[in-house]
Amino acid sequence: MKWLLLAIIVVATVLGDLLQSYEMKRSGEQAVDARGLAKLLRMIVSRQYLLLSIVFMAISFFAFMALVQIAPLSFAVPASAATFVLETLLAKLVLKEQVGPRRAAGALLVLGGVILLAR
Amino acid sequence: MTDLLAAPSKARTLWLALLVVLLNASGNFSLTLGMRSIPGAMSANPVDYVRAMLHPLVAFGTILLILWLLTRMALLSWADLSFVAPVTAVGYILAALIGHFFLNETVSVTNWIGTFLIFFGTAFVSATKPNTAGCKRGSR
Repeated sequence: MKWLLLAIIVVATVLGDLLQSYEMKRSGEQAVDARGLAKLLRMIVSRQYLLLSIVFMAISFFAFMALVQIAPLSFAVPASAATFVLETLLAKLVLKEQVGPRRAAGALLVLGGVILLAR
Repeated sequence: MTDLLAAPSKARTLWLALLVVLLNASGNFSLTLGMRSIPGAMSANPVDYVRAMLHPLVAFGTILLILWLLTRMALLSWADLSFVAPVTAVGYILAALIGHFFLNETVSVTNWIGTFLIFFGTAFVSATKPNTAGCKRGSR
């Protein structure tokens, strides 16, 4: 059961992050003061992809809630790092971001760590 | 590589990244404490999860994680996902520490090696500069 929940977390998080990143790049830089956050909330309501990303994040969050109830936090959080490796890969392939050798090597180290933590 | 960030913006990006990490770790901790005090496993029914959120610790953890989500979204608008993702991955190490010291979880030697691999991998990636190429400037 915990592996099914983990798979849901990974896929939903990656889809949510990709949609968020795509939409936030279109909208420009956002401030983190009260006015900036209010503008951010208004933007979430008016942008389809941002709304969809929130749905994916909600699915991921519900699965995470169920996972921390039945599995150790020291497993649940590190194991979900699989999203990071997948995100770096998709950031390169889908968002066309620059992912240099240093970042790629770092991603591989993290992947190795996640494999060990999940055992 | 051309540095597209002015110095103050770069510092603010790093401070925001730190805030993102702390909100994630404290939110996860509160959420875990709350969920473990709720009897019975969660079903696929969304009502179960909404009801669980009424628990004070789950509610507090959820608020912290919503703040984490919003600050992370702001960070995504300041820097590339391939910078944001590894910086926030520091939370994986904090989760293992919280699990070991505060939740009485058994973290094996293999798990600790994995934790340190993640730490070094994250530090390695974080040493690269945040890139804002392709991001148009909006109002601050």
